[in-house]
Amino acid sequence: MARRVGLEVSIACSEAVTLANVDVIAAYPITPQTHIVEHLSEQVAEGHLDAEYIKVESEHSALSCCVGASAAGARTFTATASQGLILMSEIMYIASGLRLPVVMALATRTLSSPLTIWGDQSDVMSQRDCGWITIFCENGQDVFDQSIIAFRIAEDRRVLFPTMICMDGFHLSHVIEPVELLSQEEVDSFLPPYKPEYRLDPHRPLTMGAFTMPDYFMEIKKQQDEALKSTLPVIKEIWNEWGNRFGRYYQPVSCYKAEGAETLILIAGGFSGTAQIAVDRMREQGKNVGLLRLKLWRPFPHQEIRDAVKGAKLVVVVDRALSVGGQGGPIAAELRSSLYHLKKRPAVVSFVAGLSGRDIHIDQFVEMVERAEGHLSAGKIPDYEMFGVRE
Amino acid sequence: MMETLEIKRVFVPRALPLREYFSPGHRGCQGCGPALAIRHVFKALGPNTIVANATSCSEIISSPYPQTAWKVPWIHVAFENAAAVATGIEAGYKAMMRKGKLPQEKINFVALAGDGGTGDIGLQALSGAMERGHDFIYICYDNEAYMNTGIQRSGLTPFGASTTTSPAGKVSKGQNTWKKDLPAIAAAHHIPYVATACPSYPIDLYNKVAKAAAIEGPAYIHILAPCPTGWRCPSELTIEVGRMAVESGLFNLFEIVNGKKRLTLRVPQRRPVKDYLKAQGRFRHLTEEDIRFIQEKVDEDYQLLLEELEEV
Ligand SMILES: Cc1ncc(C[n+]2csc(CCOP(=O)(O)OP(=O)(O)O)c2C)c(N)n1
Ligand code: SF4
Ligand SMILES: [Mg+2]
Repeated sequence: MARRVGLEVSIACSEAVTLANVDVIAAYPITPQTHIVEHLSEQVAEGHLDAEYIKVESEHSALSCCVGASAAGARTFTATASQGLILMSEIMYIASGLRLPVVMALATRTLSSPLTIWGDQSDVMSQRDCGWITIFCENGQDVFDQSIIAFRIAEDRRVLFPTMICMDGFHLSHVIEPVELLSQEEVDSFLPPYKPEYRLDPHRPLTMGAFTMPDYFMEIKKQQDEALKSTLPVIKEIWNEWGNRFGRYYQPVSCYKAEGAETLILIAGGFSGTAQIAVDRMREQGKNVGLLRLKLWRPFPHQEIRDAVKGAKLVVVVDRALSVGGQGGPIAAELRSSLYHLKKRPAVVSFVAGLSGRDIHIDQFVEMVERAEGHLSAGKIPDYEMFGVRE
Repeated sequence: MMETLEIKRVFVPRALPLREYFSPGHRGCQGCGPALAIRHVFKALGPNTIVANATSCSEIISSPYPQTAWKVPWIHVAFENAAAVATGIEAGYKAMMRKGKLPQEKINFVALAGDGGTGDIGLQALSGAMERGHDFIYICYDNEAYMNTGIQRSGLTPFGASTTTSPAGKVSKGQNTWKKDLPAIAAAHHIPYVATACPSYPIDLYNKVAKAAAIEGPAYIHILAPCPTGWRCPSELTIEVGRMAVESGLFNLFEIVNGKKRLTLRVPQRRPVKDYLKAQGRFRHLTEEDIRFIQEKVDEDYQLLLEELEEV
């Protein structure tokens, strides 16, 4: 039976990975991911989890070991953040190209420089095009749930893509929240053992990772792109099954008081909780404001997001990452391109806020909405704005 | 399979098993030393083997999609991580066998890389893998430069060799550093087995690989593999040039078993390094004085090696 306990969210993630009965963990410590791997080391050391914990010398090797283990047919997990993720970057692309269902937990953190250990989403955004299924979590329960669901998604034969679940570093990874833990039987009934169709097996030799010439590459890339896009209905199906079993439903884009709202806030990750309170306050003041939470970043839920913003006049996108010298917030840029061809589309105002652990308070969400409405009525929408910066 | 052959110090590749695991038809240049070395390595390992191959000549010549030269399961991931990938595979198997997901059986987990993928960009991953004590075999074939990308120098390119990034010129003698001593670096990790080999001595090579496979824990084998294209020598001289490297004492065939080093081939009378250098275009620009300078260094190193052997 489900047990409700107060847990640090990192520990909830490790508990879920333990329940998923992984075979191999290869990880390297980095703040704010460390509690996840420390707890997993303990689980292995105490015999609660029968897995090989590979104490690698770098994140590059962590993911390389995971790729090897996954290619051998093992259920494989790693966790990292920030500099660790971009050190893995080379292998991120390859894990996806090889269609290996490695699962990663990312405690999202800013990229240097300047060096900072605090959180935002610049690390995950840097890997936007690497071909991983990328899921944002909002609270401790969500992290626990996705840490199990991710294996089911990644290993589904209609999917076979590495999958990354993102929790806001510190703001989510380090807080203690009530989490309903599942029993081993419950998890086992949802998550069958991984049975790969192809793996490195001397009894059935195969070649993985051959090199291509220009005459094959584009066909293979197109297949990968189509395959990743085609995972969307499967992800929805699996989330739905989870909901039916355990009562918690997840969607690629979830709506809060969004029905008929003129203005929508769009944000991904844990800060959506604050945005929700801001929406309630504005509603109390009679403002017609709603909230969209982006849960699935890759594959990008184009249709779901188009449907969700359909009736709105204005979407205020709050990004915790910056495309330096580019279009500002990556989610805003994605949304704009997703809406571009629609005849009737809302205005999109992009704010970059909350970088490197800087908080975004309730009244600041309200302020962003007011500023955006001001831009709209003045008929002058900036490409993006860095919000809350001292001049 | 995996038994050492009795015939020693004889050049009889005919004594090797006929089965091929690295098939003909690959895209290696004529007389490719690495291709020959790899053939011998996998004859010794047999079919119960899984390979992680680093980006390199060996990877490119053997896996042009949709073809493959490999008859054993093979994976290529990137340039610097063959050791990490191979040990990930090993760990995966270890866990799955322990948990009863796979039957217990003896499998050789192999990392295969060139001198660049091993001694330069891959050194960190190799060190980590050896230090962690996985049961795997690391094969470095040393053709003394980045051949795949067009003969650029590596940390293992020998002194005086002209490469595309250490070219000989009016004010340059080519490579101006001495060869990085990778077997010694491997040995410093106190792993159970370290050896050097050369495809010009196929039985010696075969036996060392078979031994490495039988030993539990990390094994490192460093194979000098002449590359006619990069060394600028006729392709029919591959075997001969390898022998000259060994006979001159420039490259010594030894093994270190649990810390104990021994020569597996002792050259009765070393021949001058000049023979070796003169056979290859990459050393063409060297003057008599340069050759003397190199000879002195080889003499010194050989003396040190003999002293080291006497001590144990
Ligand atoms: C990270 C990275 N840097 C550079 C390269 C380009 N590259 C591919 S193979 C290679 C040289 C390989 O040299 P070596 O390991 O000695 O093998 P060889 O080609 O000589 O057989 C280089 C520089 C790469 N693929 N990846
Ligand atoms: S360049 Fe050298 S190592 Fe590469 S395939 Fe040709 S002969 Fe072999
Ligand atoms: Mg080389």
